[in-house]
Amino acid sequence: MKNTKTIILASVALLLAIFLGAAVWYKKSEATKYASEVIEQQDRLVRPHAASTGPADAKVTLVEFLDPECESCRAFFPFVKQLLNKYPNDLRLVVRYAPFHPNAKTAIKIMEAARKQDKYWETMAVLFYYQPSWGDHHNPQPELMWNYLPEAGVDVEKIRADFDDPKIDELIAIDVEDLKALGVKATPTFFVNGQPLEKFGYEHLEAAIEAALK
Amino acid sequence: MNLIFSWLIALIATLGSLFFSDVMGFIPCSLCWYQRIAMYPLVLILGLAAWKNRNDVTLYALPLSIIGWLLALYHLGVQYEIIPESASPCVQGIPCSSMYINWLGFITIPFLSFTAFSFIIILLWKSHHEKH
Repeated sequence: MKNTKTIILASVALLLAIFLGAAVWYKKSEATKYASEVIEQQDRLVRPHAASTGPADAKVTLVEFLDPECESCRAFFPFVKQLLNKYPNDLRLVVRYAPFHPNAKTAIKIMEAARKQDKYWETMAVLFYYQPSWGDHHNPQPELMWNYLPEAGVDVEKIRADFDDPKIDELIAIDVEDLKALGVKATPTFFVNGQPLEKFGYEHLEAAIEAALK
Repeated sequence: MNLIFSWLIALIATLGSLFFSDVMGFIPCSLCWYQRIAMYPLVLILGLAAWKNRNDVTLYALPLSIIGWLLALYHLGVQYEIIPESASPCVQGIPCSSMYINWLGFITIPFLSFTAFSFIIILLWKSHHEKH
């Protein structure tokens, strides 16, 4: 009887220890493997067609794969802007697209059309700001995006004209191809100087940038 | 001892399935979920019975094990394409015919599940007859 209980308790302790140990080991080895895979595909991170801000020779290049319809990307937007303001001479942001949500492509096409008017960042800010209304998951209304565009100071008629530019579709297609090759499965996904974040989160992003600045 | 072994198998199967889904990130298909529903309670039922040395647990644990075993058998049929995919209950999300692992050419996750349920059933049967 007593023997049985010892066996049960010992088994639970042993199996849980094996489980946790294997989990830690697995996660670590996967992270190392992933980092080396990304290193082999550096050319997929920064493409000449991608929108970017900050000096071209900045010490740190931050690549963000984002989806304009993703809530986390919206939540990260002010934080990333804050980082750009904090390191105006040393940080460059390159935006790549991960159009995972159903209306992401519409928003991206609008943003890219606005880039031709040099209103890219303003348009992104407006679309993110109103995302809860046009991108509500239970009742998405992508057509609402157009109503907010004047706030970005863009020529809406010109955006409509540039919206179906096949070059924008080509650009999105390249981004999708790259994100698949890089194993980007969630948005936003950040790469700091070509390295994936070890852990997701504001503080981890900031820490990675600060480490790269040193 | 039969009870402890059956409990150990259920515990290893439970931790193993959690490792696949939560550590390795494999999304379980719906047939996997049904087998989990049969397997997870066995850890508690068999563990408590082993602790209290109660062989009459067979009455409660055997039906669950048989249900799980039948589901695993069906799942194997889907994976080996004996049962056509169109007859499989999961058409959306992760198809049940997809194989996340395939060790030595035949060890897949439903195979592991099938093996675990089979051993649990045999051990429960043995423990039941031990008493009489």
